[in-house]
Parts: sequence; structure tokens; C-alpha cells
Amino acid sequence: MTLELDQIIWFILLGILFTGYAILDGFDLGVGILHVFVKEDQERRLLLNSIGPIWDGNEVWLITGGGAMFAAFPYVYATLFSGFYLIFMALLAALIFRAVSIEFRSKLESPHWRALWDWSFALASLLATILLGIFVGNLAIGLPLNRKGDYVGGLLHLVGPYPLLVSITTVALFTMHGAIYLSLRTAGPLQAKVRRWIGPAITVFIISAVTTAMVTLVYHPRLTSAFRHNPGLFVFPVLLMLAIANVPREISRGKDLRAFISSCLSIVFLLVVLSIGLFPDLVYAPNHPQWSLSIFNSSSTFYTLNVMLIAALIGMPLVLTYTIYIYWVFRDKVRLGSHSY
Amino acid sequence: MNALFLSRLQFGLTICFHYIFPPLSIGLGLMMVIMEGLYLKTKLPIYEQMSRFWTSVFALTFGLGVATGIVMEFEFGTNWANYSRFVGDVFGGPLAAEGIFAFFLESGFLAILLFGHGKVGKKFHFFATVMVFLGSAFSAVWITIANSWMQTPAGYKLIYKHGKPIAAHVTNLLAVLLNPSSIDRLVHTLIGALLSGAFLVLSVGAYYILRRRHLDFAMRSIKIALVVAIAASMLQLVSGDANARMIARYQPAKLAAFEGHFRADAPSGMSIAGWVNARAQKVYGLRIPGMLSWLLYWNTQHPVIGLDKFKPSDRPPVNPVFQSYHLMVGIGMALIGLAAAGGFFWWRGTLFNQRWLLWLFVFSALGPLVANEAGWFSAEVGRQPWIVYGVLKTSQGISPHLPASQVLISILMFSFIYLLLGILFVFLLNRKIQAGPIPLPATGAPGEHVSVQPNVRMDA
Repeated sequence: MTLELDQIIWFILLGILFTGYAILDGFDLGVGILHVFVKEDQERRLLLNSIGPIWDGNEVWLITGGGAMFAAFPYVYATLFSGFYLIFMALLAALIFRAVSIEFRSKLESPHWRALWDWSFALASLLATILLGIFVGNLAIGLPLNRKGDYVGGLLHLVGPYPLLVSITTVALFTMHGAIYLSLRTAGPLQAKVRRWIGPAITVFIISAVTTAMVTLVYHPRLTSAFRHNPGLFVFPVLLMLAIANVPREISRGKDLRAFISSCLSIVFLLVVLSIGLFPDLVYAPNHPQWSLSIFNSSSTFYTLNVMLIAALIGMPLVLTYTIYIYWVFRDKVRLGSHSY
Repeated sequence: MNALFLSRLQFGLTICFHYIFPPLSIGLGLMMVIMEGLYLKTKLPIYEQMSRFWTSVFALTFGLGVATGIVMEFEFGTNWANYSRFVGDVFGGPLAAEGIFAFFLESGFLAILLFGHGKVGKKFHFFATVMVFLGSAFSAVWITIANSWMQTPAGYKLIYKHGKPIAAHVTNLLAVLLNPSSIDRLVHTLIGALLSGAFLVLSVGAYYILRRRHLDFAMRSIKIALVVAIAASMLQLVSGDANARMIARYQPAKLAAFEGHFRADAPSGMSIAGWVNARAQKVYGLRIPGMLSWLLYWNTQHPVIGLDKFKPSDRPPVNPVFQSYHLMVGIGMALIGLAAAGGFFWWRGTLFNQRWLLWLFVFSALGPLVANEAGWFSAEVGRQPWIVYGVLKTSQGISPHLPASQVLISILMFSFIYLLLGILFVFLLNRKIQAGPIPLPATGAPGEHVSVQPNVRMDA
């Protein structure tokens, strides 16, 4: 073991945690955005309860990812969280409203009460997705930093055209992902309704993803330089394209589970391609590239990275085991019971 | 108003509101474990009814705990970037471990606990309940360890650049985790959490009895809660004593502020209640001379380190620490008295006829909540002006380029959201209590297993 190897391992582990978050909470957020498109209370409840038991555990991937970033790369954690101040405060507000909306909405029978929390849930899910997209977009193109690693760009700089484009792509991706998930978990006429959302979502996603890819190639060549220097890495963008292309193919053949797996793989390869583009930087400083925060200049000590690695190697297999088990328990098509939301 | 003041206000506000919920979740978690365990053992449907009712209350407190807890995870970075850079090597680990070993456990098994009826067996459901309880307790373990390291840092070395310390690096993990205050503070925090749960159950149970509703449910709930309340409130006294000795040794300025003790090398008295004039270095109020010296050293003449051992700039604000500390102790004593009175009348067989005591129980649910908040306040404000005691000042931990206006916006936002959530929480909790437990299936008379208090009418 060397410090460098540990730093690379933690870069990958952080990637795994945030990819896990994007896949799992991605469909929660997509369901949140979509569920107001059915009107009847019964149908909305079915859609909400498809994520009811699991959304909370899915959000833990984000919390653990944040904690792991703090532990492994404290300088990155400090820069990103203080730099994205109001963006993250708004994200917190969105995540709070999402959490309490699903908790509160079925506590009273009143249709006004339920409509209020349904819209709160939908808008909170949409806002969270938009903000996560803006965050990822900025991460991709980098942030102006000072010598000490503090963000010096101001608030408006964070909502530039490229982050907004990535944000639109993220909304389309999570909506598509959520719609496919809903098709897996619903049956009958509701499933037929849900399936009608998948096609438009795929179309918007593919258009925005292709636009993002072209804008990246033209305006942000730094993200593609790793691929130009190591042509073997091109296998990942190719896999990404194949995964995305496979989604409509499986949907049209009625193979929803395969479509969902393809959608998950699209998220995986998107983040793999982004990570390769960023490596070894976590926060690239376009104003002074030598001030960038890379995994090599912003990590914790060798000792701490090792201790944390042991903790992760003990903890994560346990987490995966019972997470998979719990998904297995709730694998059936959703039905409403006395304990449902 | 500068960014430093506002950031402290924001952190205080957000954690104060958050800290209402996790202790309740931990305390109610134990109640659920006991009730569901009794159901598995006795097969009496009343225990299933009890565990389901308290689980639904738990779900509400847990939901708000999660919603407000994620804020805390962000705030170290958003407002305290320099603190995060300085201590990340030490402090980040426990936070990550909290995610891996606590949050995943509780949120995962919560799915089974809340939605798993009929999908898993009864024994496995009980196992899930135990895991949710353990997960919430583990979360307290990790976050209290992290906070204790800020109180009594150990197992680290300082890294210097141009002669100034720029970071703390771990040298001994075990010494970080088991720093001098970890165990004492963890025990105190967990017992405080158990008290929150026990007194909430006592309160609701007493209310039902006074209103002659759900009597069997209420009496059984009260008895379980009373056992926990008696044991926990007594143990909290022992734990409080241990904490005072620990603080006397490792954070003497904080202890001196607890009692408004200024003169070094003099024995210290203990106030029952009072008011500190820090400028005149005087405490007005009811004070027992030599009592603190006696409690710490079994000798009323033993000197206690006073605040004038410290530069004025290294002292915590005395009166707020004094007041919150005495509020915590006062409530702790009152809770012991209430629990003991409950135990006494239970033993005499007249507990459910003591309306005055039942009314006190109804309001007692607020006791542990306020005591937990006050205890946290005295611990954290008593640590000032340090963010890491003796190592890093709070003023050095702030995010350097944070505009005060943005912090103010976030404070207004959180104030609005938390006010709304607080109102909704009370409203929904009250509705749940008024609606009562889901009635038992009609088969079998619901009261037939009641073996207590024939003098309480069962026809309500």
C-alpha cells in the first residue's frame, strides 16, 4: 500500500458512493417529479409507495458520500461545500421538503392537504435534481479558486450555460429512470399510463445528452484529454452510448427490467466517463490550474485513508447485503396496505 | 452582524431543532423493542397494538430527524470550511462511519419495520426493530465521539506551516475514539435519549388515563416507561457526577463557568439557582458553600480551578453557561423525583388514582427535551472560545469568503422551514395521540388480561 494508491482507491470509492446515490435516489427523484401527472389519490399513493420503504435508505448514499469526502478529501469537502453555499442551502431545503412531504401527505384525508404535499414533493424532487445537475456541471468544468483553495467566483458564476445544460440532462435522465422504475413496480392501467411517460423522457434525455457531449467536446477539451491520450479508455464512452441506446430498444420489446438495468448502467458509465475526465482533479481551477484540488494534494493522511478503507471494507459488504435483501422483500408490484403512505 | 456570529447562530439554530428528534427516536426505539419483545414472548395482542402505535410515533420523529440531520452533515463544510480543513483527517472519519455503520442500518431496517408486516415473519420483524434501535444508537455513538474529540482532543499531532498550526493529523485512532470525554459524554447522551422516549410514553399514557381512554394500553405503556424512567433518571445522576469530574480535570474553564466560580485556588460552592454578574465576578442566588469542592473531591475546602486562571479572552460566556447548566440539573432532579413518585405509588398500588401525578406526567415529556437542549448548550457554549478545545478558536474555523448576507438568507430560510415543521410536528403528533392506537380485533375481550388496579373503571 502506498499513499498514492490509497488516494486512487478513495477516488474510486467516492465515485461508487455517488454513483450508488445517483442510481438509487435518481429513480426516487424521478418518481417524485412524475407522480403529480396522475390525478387520482389512489394512483398517486401507488406511485409514492413504490419508493415508500426505500427512498430514505437511498438518500443515505448521499450523506455517506458527503461524510466519506470529508474524511478522505477534507480540502475538497471544505471548498465545495463553502463554494456552493446557496446552491447547497437550496438543495437542503429541497431534500427537507421531499422528506417531510411523503411523511405528511397521507396523515390527513383532506384533498387540499394531500394536493399541497404532493406538489411540494414534486417541486422538491425537481429542485433537488436541478441543483444536483448544476453541481455536477460545475464540477465538470471546474471552479475559480484562490491560492488557499477557496472558491472566488460568486453566486451567478455557478449558474452558467454549461451547468444548466447538465442540469436539464440530469432532470431528463432521472425522469426516464424513474418512469422505467415505476413501470417495473406497477400493474394494469396504471402501468399503461406510466409506460407512456418513458418514450418522451428517453427522447429528451438523448437530445440533451448528445448536446452536452458536443458542447463538452467543443468548449471543454480538458474533460476529453484523458481519452485522447489513452485511446483504450474510449471503451467507456462507447459502453455509455450502447447502454443509453439499449434503453428504448428494451422498452419497445417490453423488457422493462432489462431497460431499467440499462438505465442504471447509463448512470454508471456517465459517472465513469466524468471521473476519467476529471482525474486526478476533484476541483479543477481553470483560473490557475496549479491551484486545482487533486486527489494527491487534498487528501487526508495515509493512516486515516487506510483506517477508513478498513472501515469501508467491513461496512459496505454488510450494507450491500441487507440493502439487496430489503429490495428483495419489496420486489412485488406495489399494493396499498394499512401501513402505506 | 458578521458571518462568524451568523454562522454560529445558524449552527446553533439548526442543531437545536434537530436535537429534538434523534433522542426521541432512540428513546422510543427502546420502547418499541421492549413492547414487540413482550408481544413475541406473551403473544398478547395488546403488546402488538402498543408496539404499532409507538412505532407510528417513532416514524414521525425519525422522519423529522432525517430531514433536519442532513443539514448538519453539510454545515461543517458550508460555514466552517477552515475548521473542516484543519480537523478533516480526524473528524471526517467518525462522520463517514456514522453513515456506513448507523444510517444505512437504521434506514434499511426501517423499511421492514414500517412496511414489512406480512412480508417477513414476526421474529424477523422484531430483529428489524432491534436493528433500527441499534442503528439510531450507533449514530449517537459516532457523532458524540466526534463532538467529544472537539471537547478533549487526543491521539493527534499538529502540522505546522510557517510556524502556524494548519491541521491536526491522527496519530492514534484508539486515542481519538476513546478520548478522555467520549465514554462519559456518550453515556450521558444516550441516557438523556432514553429519558426522552420514556417520558413521552409516560406523558401520553397518563393523558389517556386522565381522559379514561385506552386504559389497558395506557397502563401497560406507563409501567414499561416507568421502569425505564426510574432506572435512567437515577443512572443519569451517576453519569452527571462522572461528567463533572471529567470536566473538572480536562475542561476546568467550562466547569468554573457552570458554577460561576471565578477565584482560583479557592473552594467552590454550588448554586441551586442564581444569576452571574461576570464583570463583578459575583453570583447572586441560593448557594451552598463548599458544595462543588465536596462533590468533586469529598472535601469542602479543596480548591477548584477558577475562571481567573484563564485570560478573559479564553473564558466562555459565564451566565449563559451557568443558566443552561442549572436548568439541565434542575430538570434532571425533577425527573428523578417524578419517576420515584411514580414507582412509589405503583408499589402502593394507587398509581393510576394519583391524578396530580398523572397531570405532572403529562407535562413531563418536555422535561428531557429541554434538559437535553440545555445540556448540549452548556457543553458547547462552555467550550468557547474554542471550536477544538485548546487547539483551534471558533473564529479561526469559519469559511473565509462567506458573505454574511448569504448566511443570513440561509438562517431566514431555515427559520421559516423549521417553524413550519415544528408546528406540523406538534399538530400531527397531537392528532396521532387523539386518534389513539388502532383498535384490537374484536375477538376476545380487550381487557381480559388486565391484572392491575381494580379501582380504575374499565368501561371507558
